[in-house]
Amino acid sequence: MAVLQASGITKKFGKFTALDGVDIEVKEGEVYGFIGPNGAGKSTTIRVLLGILKATGGEVKIFGMDAWKDAVEIHKRVAYVPGDVNLWPNLTGGEVIDLFAKLHGNSNKSRREELIRKFDFDPTKKCRSYSKGNRQKVALVAAFSSDADLFILDEPTSGLDPLMERVFQECVMKAKREGKSILLSSHILSEVERLCDTVGIIREGKIIETGTLAELRHLTRTSLLVETKQPISQLEQIQGVHDIENLQQGISLQVDTEKLGDVITYLSQFDIVKLESAPPKLEDLFMRHYKTSNRGGGAR
Amino acid sequence: MMFTGTWRLLALIVRRDRIRIPIWLFALTLMTIVTAPAFEGLYKTQQERQVMAETMKNPAMTAMVGRGYGLGDYTTGAMMAHQMLLFTAITVAIMSILLVARHTRADEEAGMIEMIRSLPAGRLSNLSSALLVMIAVNLVLAAATGLGLAALRIESMDMEGSLLYGAALAAAGIFFTAVTALFAQLSENSRGTIGLSFAVLGISYLLRAIGDVSNGTLSWFSPLGWVLGTEVYVNNYWWPVAFTIAAAFTIMALALYLNSIRDLGSGFLPSKRGRSHASVFLQGPIGLGLRLQRTAIVSWAIGMLLLGISYGSVLGDLEEFIGGNEMLAEMVSPAEGVTLTEQFMTMLMSVISMICTIPPLMMALKLRGEEKKNRTEHLLVRAVSRTRLMGSYLAIALGVGISMQILAVFGLWAAGSAVMEEAILFTTMLEAALAYLPAMWVMTGVALLLIGILPQMTSLTWLYLGYSFIVVYMGDLLQFPEWMRKLSPFGHIPQLPVEEFDTAKISLLVLLAAGLMLAGFIGYNKRDLQG
Ligand SMILES: Nc1ncnc2c1ncn2[C@@H]1O[C@H](COP(=O)(O)OP(=O)(O)OP(=O)(O)O)[C@@H](O)[C@H]1O
Ligand SMILES: [Mg+2]
Repeated sequence: MAVLQASGITKKFGKFTALDGVDIEVKEGEVYGFIGPNGAGKSTTIRVLLGILKATGGEVKIFGMDAWKDAVEIHKRVAYVPGDVNLWPNLTGGEVIDLFAKLHGNSNKSRREELIRKFDFDPTKKCRSYSKGNRQKVALVAAFSSDADLFILDEPTSGLDPLMERVFQECVMKAKREGKSILLSSHILSEVERLCDTVGIIREGKIIETGTLAELRHLTRTSLLVETKQPISQLEQIQGVHDIENLQQGISLQVDTEKLGDVITYLSQFDIVKLESAPPKLEDLFMRHYKTSNRGGGAR
Repeated sequence: MMFTGTWRLLALIVRRDRIRIPIWLFALTLMTIVTAPAFEGLYKTQQERQVMAETMKNPAMTAMVGRGYGLGDYTTGAMMAHQMLLFTAITVAIMSILLVARHTRADEEAGMIEMIRSLPAGRLSNLSSALLVMIAVNLVLAAATGLGLAALRIESMDMEGSLLYGAALAAAGIFFTAVTALFAQLSENSRGTIGLSFAVLGISYLLRAIGDVSNGTLSWFSPLGWVLGTEVYVNNYWWPVAFTIAAAFTIMALALYLNSIRDLGSGFLPSKRGRSHASVFLQGPIGLGLRLQRTAIVSWAIGMLLLGISYGSVLGDLEEFIGGNEMLAEMVSPAEGVTLTEQFMTMLMSVISMICTIPPLMMALKLRGEEKKNRTEHLLVRAVSRTRLMGSYLAIALGVGISMQILAVFGLWAAGSAVMEEAILFTTMLEAALAYLPAMWVMTGVALLLIGILPQMTSLTWLYLGYSFIVVYMGDLLQFPEWMRKLSPFGHIPQLPVEEFDTAKISLLVLLAAGLMLAGFIGYNKRDLQG
């Protein structure tokens, strides 16, 4: 069952089209990774989902309710962490966490203390003195101590150090084990690869790729390094082979992941001495889309 | 060794504040030098000044501006010393507090002193350079003010008195320089430094106020009391200046000593830990709104009470006072069957109401301010609807508006009763003031409407209030046509008790206010939020 179903959302700011028919589906108990370059429309999408912005077109259903009309009802079961957390300078972190809990309605006290400890956070300081990472911790503690069913996280780790990022990942995995659904927008691919079941890639306001991690891996390339007894002939003629390079240690090449079997079969007839392969990285896919978006994507 | 590098750092401070300090000096000097001729022009004859002296002779005024000296022969000089010296000295103190905190604790907090200390600079070089700059700034101010006043060639303001006037201001500045330098050692952050220094300033003012209206002993425990003790232009005592400066140097020595024995970044007062949990008041949008504006609300409340008291304290001698002053007589158009005092009171009510409208507008517009800072999203993504959020800010605005109005009227009535032979009833005054609430609500409605529909233009609300102030307060004086007055909600309020209560007009205004607010709510529920 889909917890969150957005179909064909468009959002225009004046003449500028920030979102152009975005479709997202987050199923129950799934972690959905939402990735894309700067200015692609991730935050805008999330704000539409939260009913802060009104979509120009399209439909968003969360828990079967309309994201704009039934915002308050939906929000009782949603926890949100913005990428840029702005807090009230004269309140302490602890006060803000409690206020958020109260506004949410239901939240877990012992979980709050546990998270504060895990995130190594001092709740007695005024928000004015917190660093970006510490402000993010306020939002994270508030979110993960609530018993929301859907977590919407917009680049929640951009200010955290690696150790705290690990704590964050544990929180996400725990929530997932408890059957919660999570929408995670991110720039950090290792994080997405580790946590997400499904990935959607957005560019210039359009979802350009979407699918499970396995499906998307399929679209990526595996890099191989081979050494053979006999010289390999006509390698460049083989379908799915790219970027051939003659190195001292052998030949390095990139292979479309779906053609991997064919290529290995072809290579084996030249007596393989050594074969090293690097796992397909989401990054390659990401880079491919990033590169083609240079056409003005950055300036948008 | 401790002072190595002081001169270089002094040059750095001067360079960093090459605009800020001259602006302060210029504004302060100008404020003084413009007021003296203004007094001279407003009260031309000794007789007019004597009337003024009479109105100033009451406890409320004494508490506010200090004891008057030479009230029997109220010359322009005596008037300057009585009505201007204290407030100018307070402004000089504020300047000193802000500048010292900026160059001591604030720089330390920002890590700049650490950089400087890593260079061959002595431990006390920073504090001593800041102190030297501030002493110099205050001396320049003393010279500019003193010579400037003397150059006006007003008969009652001779060279000695003028120089003493300047010196008294500088003494206050140097004293609060020392106080701030001390708190910069005690507190470990700049807010604490500034806050504690302001607290000393506030207590000095209160001690002096209590002392001045009672037997006077307490005033001698207040540095502001010392400033007034110079009795400038009347008796010209120099010793309070010498005493103040001696006290300042003692405090500076203590500050330097404390600075020499402490670690960089630390303070002597234990830093207060904040709450780790929210209190029972901080539970929802209203609690949050009140908490965020707590300081503003309290300050405005005190301000409005003082405003009422200061207006009330002149009610006693009003008849003669207005009779003796052309400008005021023109503003209060006489009517039959009402006393001048009642006439004047209606004008006061409109002014007080318009000033009391400022805090509720601030409260309402805070909603937009919070949005601009991306802080309303924290509430809206939780179980708070837009209607509830805007409603909370509206509730705060309405509550604050009524409270301010009542406080001001209470001050007016309390001080008025103390000085008038036939006091006006509290209820009469309150009715006259509360009649203005619908106008205040219309203004609040305009604010909500703009927040809901034209969020980029919310500052138009202030423009509208400013317009109202000009046409309603100065309309008669500047002889504006009547329709200009009617463009402001304040121009439609019946002026009780001189005019009759007009139910139809008031109901219309209330309806208009409700309509504006409703439109604001609808707009706010429909539009995109920035954050
Ligand atoms: N209120 C607005 N008015 C006009 N344009 C806007 C507004 N908000 C966003 N945009 C534009 O919409 C586009 C998408 O912005 P968005 O913040 O959603 O990007 P993002 O994917 O979150 O980027 P990042 O990775 O940098 O956070 C950007 O080009 C941005 O300039
Ligand atoms: Mg973003």
